[in-house]
Amino acid sequence: MTFANLDYSSKRQLFLNREIRCVELTEYYLNQIEQNKDINAFISVFPEQAIEQAKLVDSKIDKGEAGALAGMVLGIKDLLVMTNGTTTCGSKILHNFKSPYNATVIEKLSQQDAIFIGKTNMDEFAMGSSNENSYFEPVRNPHDKTRVPGGSSGGSAAAVAADLCMGSLGTDTGGSIRQPASFCGVIGLKPTYGLVSRFGLVAYASSLDQIGPFSKNVADTALLLQVLAGHDEKDSTSANIDIPDYSALLGKDVKGLRIGLPKEYFTGGVNHQVSDQIQKVIKELEQAGAEVKEISLPHTEYAIAAYYIIATAEASANLARYDGVRYGYRDENVPDLESLYVNSRTMGFGNEVKRRIMLGTYVLSSGYYDAYYLKAQKVRTNIKNDFDKAFESVDCLLTPTSPTTAFKIGEKVDDPLTMYLSDVFTVSVNLAGLPGISVPCGKDADGLPIGVQLIGKPFDEPTLLWAADFIDKRFN
Amino acid sequence: MDYEAVIGLEVHIQLLTNTKIFCSCSAKFGADPNSQVCPVCLGMPGVLPVLNKKVIDFAIRLAIATNCKINEKSIIARKNYFYPDLPKGYQISQYEQPVCEHGFLDIPDNGETTRIGITRIHLEEDAGKSMHSESYVARDESLVDINRCGVPLLEMVSDPDFRSPSQVSSYLTKLRQIVRYLGICDGNMEEGSMRCDANISIRKRGETKLGTKTELKNMNSISAVEKALEYEIRRQIAVLEDGASIQQQTLLWNANKNCVEPMRSKEYAHDYRYFPEPDLLPVVIKQEWIESVKQSLPELPDVKKQRFIDDFALPEYDASILTDDLAIADYYEKLANNVKDKKAASNWVMGDVLRTLHENQLTISELKVTPEYLAEIIQLVEQDKISVKIGRKVFEICADSGKNPQVIIKEEGLVQISDTGELEQIVDKILDENPNEVDAYLAGKEKVIGFLVGQIMRASQGKANPKSVNEILKNKLESRR
Repeated sequence: MTFANLDYSSKRQLFLNREIRCVELTEYYLNQIEQNKDINAFISVFPEQAIEQAKLVDSKIDKGEAGALAGMVLGIKDLLVMTNGTTTCGSKILHNFKSPYNATVIEKLSQQDAIFIGKTNMDEFAMGSSNENSYFEPVRNPHDKTRVPGGSSGGSAAAVAADLCMGSLGTDTGGSIRQPASFCGVIGLKPTYGLVSRFGLVAYASSLDQIGPFSKNVADTALLLQVLAGHDEKDSTSANIDIPDYSALLGKDVKGLRIGLPKEYFTGGVNHQVSDQIQKVIKELEQAGAEVKEISLPHTEYAIAAYYIIATAEASANLARYDGVRYGYRDENVPDLESLYVNSRTMGFGNEVKRRIMLGTYVLSSGYYDAYYLKAQKVRTNIKNDFDKAFESVDCLLTPTSPTTAFKIGEKVDDPLTMYLSDVFTVSVNLAGLPGISVPCGKDADGLPIGVQLIGKPFDEPTLLWAADFIDKRFN
Repeated sequence: MDYEAVIGLEVHIQLLTNTKIFCSCSAKFGADPNSQVCPVCLGMPGVLPVLNKKVIDFAIRLAIATNCKINEKSIIARKNYFYPDLPKGYQISQYEQPVCEHGFLDIPDNGETTRIGITRIHLEEDAGKSMHSESYVARDESLVDINRCGVPLLEMVSDPDFRSPSQVSSYLTKLRQIVRYLGICDGNMEEGSMRCDANISIRKRGETKLGTKTELKNMNSISAVEKALEYEIRRQIAVLEDGASIQQQTLLWNANKNCVEPMRSKEYAHDYRYFPEPDLLPVVIKQEWIESVKQSLPELPDVKKQRFIDDFALPEYDASILTDDLAIADYYEKLANNVKDKKAASNWVMGDVLRTLHENQLTISELKVTPEYLAEIIQLVEQDKISVKIGRKVFEICADSGKNPQVIIKEEGLVQISDTGELEQIVDKILDENPNEVDAYLAGKEKVIGFLVGQIMRASQGKANPKSVNEILKNKLESRR
């Protein structure tokens, strides 16, 4: 099919002209998924339901009642609950779990006639940077199947990159949308904390988690965000703000746009091919009239430590409900309640999840709380203040998304600390609650995608999408 | 050796909101197991809590009634522990910065008033109920009912200001009265809608250092609390007198055996790992909110009592009995506003009304003698249309049938005989029949009048107007001199 790379509005025109039907397109993607099983991007696929949904959308198109995303075929990270099929969170402990309700984002996309083709693979409970922590086997990077797609939303990124769906939803707690977007060469947006409802997002770290879209072009990202954003009374942390038109600034020239380069993100430790490519992006922006200047985020070096304390503390409570009592994996051969808990959780969770639960339990323990959790919260405030200060003189920040391109499967599995450092450029954004986007900006010598990250002011997604669109159009 | 007890209380007050604290499930007591549940209170993956504002309204009411400071910003926290009736593996509660702090309650204490400090009031969700030994639970199995999960609670922690079990009982009685007046809790300790745990230690009188405390649980009535504390004081004294030392532990009151039993250590050896609940924003209570609750606050028991004393000229004893229960107080007030003699109205309520309620196990709203009916009865007595005795008869019939007192009087022919001619005839007849008593009177033994009045009343079947009878009788007797 030749129109794989068309953006949604061009495809929509074809739908409306009946040049192609949603059913045909859905069949195309189902076939693509079948042909690319080795990528392992999906945990479950919904062939019947997707075709059914597509037929319904076709009839709506015929009646002139098509929603804003009519025929947009989407993959959904298996961390978002749907009454369709199972919601496994990439874990054995929920391998057979059926949700009795839909996440708010699923309801919103449904209302606009999006079509859900399946649930994408992920690191167990969104804990990981390589997708190797999935109970359903790792996802492979479509650009090089010996390499990881990044994580934790690796399946969602790989599915879009391999053209298994038009777009997808991921979640981002410390970089889980942006880093895989960078590794797979697609656009991944982590919205401002509170912009998109978390109701139905299975919590990893509640104060950091956000849902966001993957797509192949910024126009589709803006379109998806338009539907996803907005207050939800079921989520007390969702912001009650007026939602702007996210497509308004797309295509506008970047003259006068003030871009900050945080100097702490441009010291060694970044692969030279990555940094060279980022420099090219900066030059391109400058030539187009953007004002680029160096700024400082002095608390950057504490971000990873603060992140792994706060995220694991919250995770230790969020994952307590998986106890084998009401749903999910349960060890039946136990003499008492204590063993039911211990065995079900020992066998139901993978190693990384257990590591983070133990870490989180430890940092909240009596006698350690002040030294770890409280200290980390103070660091978090300092990091937030760093950004506030930077945004007094610039409109957005530009950094590499990840210090490297996609690494080999198995390369870092035995070294959690090195693995954690893959998030070094992304975690601060979550700690500060800011929007961040990764845009592909070229490839390294091995043909692996390189991503550039843009960071914006709270709720200033329009500016981010504007700059991202410029970069995307110049480099892809 | 002379010892004194030091006691502090934690009271859980289950709130009478229509819905649960973090979801829209019904919070009603007594439904079929697991019939009032949803993904949120079941702790399904992906759900989020949304705070029920009514809970804050109720907390503000209790804070005002117990003289607490209301924090403008309070923090909601997670309390982590594993138990099958706790679906999320943590309870949403408060730890640092509770919703209210630093209050007090003045309680009656042997004719005096003692002030008990209130450390804090915080809001939290109730857990579900585990069933272990009920008849329908198989051996080696336990069942869980999630209905109660998410029912809102206020936990009120007192300072360790109690020195005796009777003070504790007075405090609980007062608190129960207050929460009922506020309409925030039905105060029913038997059903567990008000639950009380006590921390207790003893020390030699005069000693300022605190002794090692134990925690008492599982007491489901005010008298059980009193009994358990008395038992525990005796037990602790015996331990110390033996030269042994008190072990810090949690004890369960066994109401059947009238003793305390230690809880298994595993059940309370917790590090709750409290931390701020990231799914909920801090609760912000602005002065306007407090003011609006104040405006709608019902009159509190002490204020009502004083008003009854002032407005109805009642003795303190009467006012205190009448205001003990809000519904009774409302009944009396309606009644008093319709009769001249407020004290007579009080006597009626404290006497016939309360006795009828007690004898028939009724609540005041079930009493067929409405305040309007009783007012009519009292008015008829005031107007000398019926005697007090007939009035009580009418009350009794009305309580039984619910008929209008006027109708009862007509049907039963109970109208008072005030017709002088008719009364004179009866008096003459009685005097003729009792010449000895007449002679005795004339000889100066005025006491016989009582006997003669009795005879006259009986002859009139109680319908004779006593005042007129007295007058006529005296005249007739004098005329026989």
